[in-house]
Amino acid sequence: MRRFLLYAAVLVGAAVMLFPFLWTVITSITPEGSLADGPTLVVDNPTLDAYRTLLDAMPIWRILANSLLIAIASTVFQLVTGSMAAYGFARLNFPLKNVIFGCYLATLMVPLQVLVVPLFIEMKTLNLQDTYFALLAPTIASAFGVFLLRQAVTAVPAELDEAATIDGAGHLRIFTTIVLPLIRPALATVAVFAFMGSWNSFLWPLVVIRSPEFMTLPLGLATLQGQFTTQWDVVMAGSVVSIVPIAIVYLLAQRHIIAGVAHTGIK
Amino acid sequence: MGWKKLGWVLFFLLPSAIPLFVFTLVPMVSSLWVSLHKWNLISPMEWAGLDNYTNLLTDPMTRRVFLHTLIYVAGYLPLVYAGGLGLALALNQRLKGRAFLRATYFLPVVTSWVVVALVWKWLLNPANGLVNQLLGAIGLSGPGWWTDPQWALPAVILSSAWKDLGFVMVILLAGLQSIPSDVYEAATVDGASAWQRFWRITLPLLSPSTFFVVVISLINGFQVFDQVYVMTGGGPAGSSQVVVGQIYDLTFRYGRAGEASALSWILFALILVITVIQIRGQRKWVHYA
Repeated sequence: MRRFLLYAAVLVGAAVMLFPFLWTVITSITPEGSLADGPTLVVDNPTLDAYRTLLDAMPIWRILANSLLIAIASTVFQLVTGSMAAYGFARLNFPLKNVIFGCYLATLMVPLQVLVVPLFIEMKTLNLQDTYFALLAPTIASAFGVFLLRQAVTAVPAELDEAATIDGAGHLRIFTTIVLPLIRPALATVAVFAFMGSWNSFLWPLVVIRSPEFMTLPLGLATLQGQFTTQWDVVMAGSVVSIVPIAIVYLLAQRHIIAGVAHTGIK
Repeated sequence: MGWKKLGWVLFFLLPSAIPLFVFTLVPMVSSLWVSLHKWNLISPMEWAGLDNYTNLLTDPMTRRVFLHTLIYVAGYLPLVYAGGLGLALALNQRLKGRAFLRATYFLPVVTSWVVVALVWKWLLNPANGLVNQLLGAIGLSGPGWWTDPQWALPAVILSSAWKDLGFVMVILLAGLQSIPSDVYEAATVDGASAWQRFWRITLPLLSPSTFFVVVISLINGFQVFDQVYVMTGGGPAGSSQVVVGQIYDLTFRYGRAGEASALSWILFALILVITVIQIRGQRKWVHYA
């Protein structure tokens, strides 16, 4: 009996989590005229009209590609800049090291809202509004990534470096052939957070992007909802288009993504 | 320090130091500077000293947006923690399909806030949304949700908790799995009931994970924006306007960038104080094994 209740509870939970996604798909293929009383589980005359309207309303494929491009670029940048800085802080000795590391940590604490106004002015002054660079700029390096990766590099035994130095290896070789392979789990965690952060980012694109060609999915969707306030089939079609790619990535990498998130909680 | 060594330091640090300096540190300092001026983003800045701060502190709207943000956090955190803990406790049992269930609960976490807000805006549509239809089917008339000043914030809270439940679950599940099983065995031998084991062992030994969840949720909760902007736009009649929404509107709607910057610093100071208090206070209730 207890087990039965337990299974019932977890399945109800799963239904609550999944059903809104199903409802989104159903709404997007329901003819607009039948939406007045709400969609039904079994759609009478399924139609792709909403998707056609969506394609006419905005360059949705381009917006999807923008989102992917920016998320991938920001992930790669954060991995490269973060792991290099991590190696620098963990393995090199230089004056003011702790002060500089403190400055890195300080940037970690400041939330985006504090930066948004001056960052917007900076982009406006440099004439970089409405560009890919503007979207990418605040996420080229992340102090969070540096911090997490530094911990990982510190955990790599220094004897490995010393042995390699005796064999005549320089910093670059030690970094790429010894340190990087050993900090792969931390790199995966940083990659997950970088990708998700960029993919979901809304406030910054909202501030710095005007033209549809440079919008990312969250901004495109919010704009779509502004245009088609009551046409829920179209808004839900847009939502489906933005859920599908991330759902595929998630299905493929689910194990690593969840492990990466769990990893940050344990320390 | 030789030139060659300095070269290596620069090589490893500059790729991160330059962007952090240009896109975080410089804006940070200029934000402080802007907060001391009257500025509409177009005409030249006028020195205002601390006027922006004192104006904000007397403006009734400031009190309202902080109150709404506080209500959001106070509603969201218990909901997401209780739900996440329940799911984590369930999944910590030997269940068939555990991996599938875990992946399912986590799916909303990878979905963007804007999508979640839109989907829930539709589910909570007062006229033909699913939730009110279901309530109608059992004879209840559902509220106006995001169209009703009383229900706009609860609608936002509900959808936010739905999205983050899986995140909290994953963190707490990792915490549960790190509790050694011999502690439970010893307690059972001593005749402790399941209820006692939960209160005396599980919760105390889970406290580091709980601490992490509370700190992160409060930091993110006070910065709530995306879902409010999409679901209610801060309305109806400002009834769900939150601090970050107000920062956005002050800057881009009302041309009061100075006050917006000042408000962002007040928010930052508040988050910082709350976080420091928690870190100080953790000794009282967080048990590291």
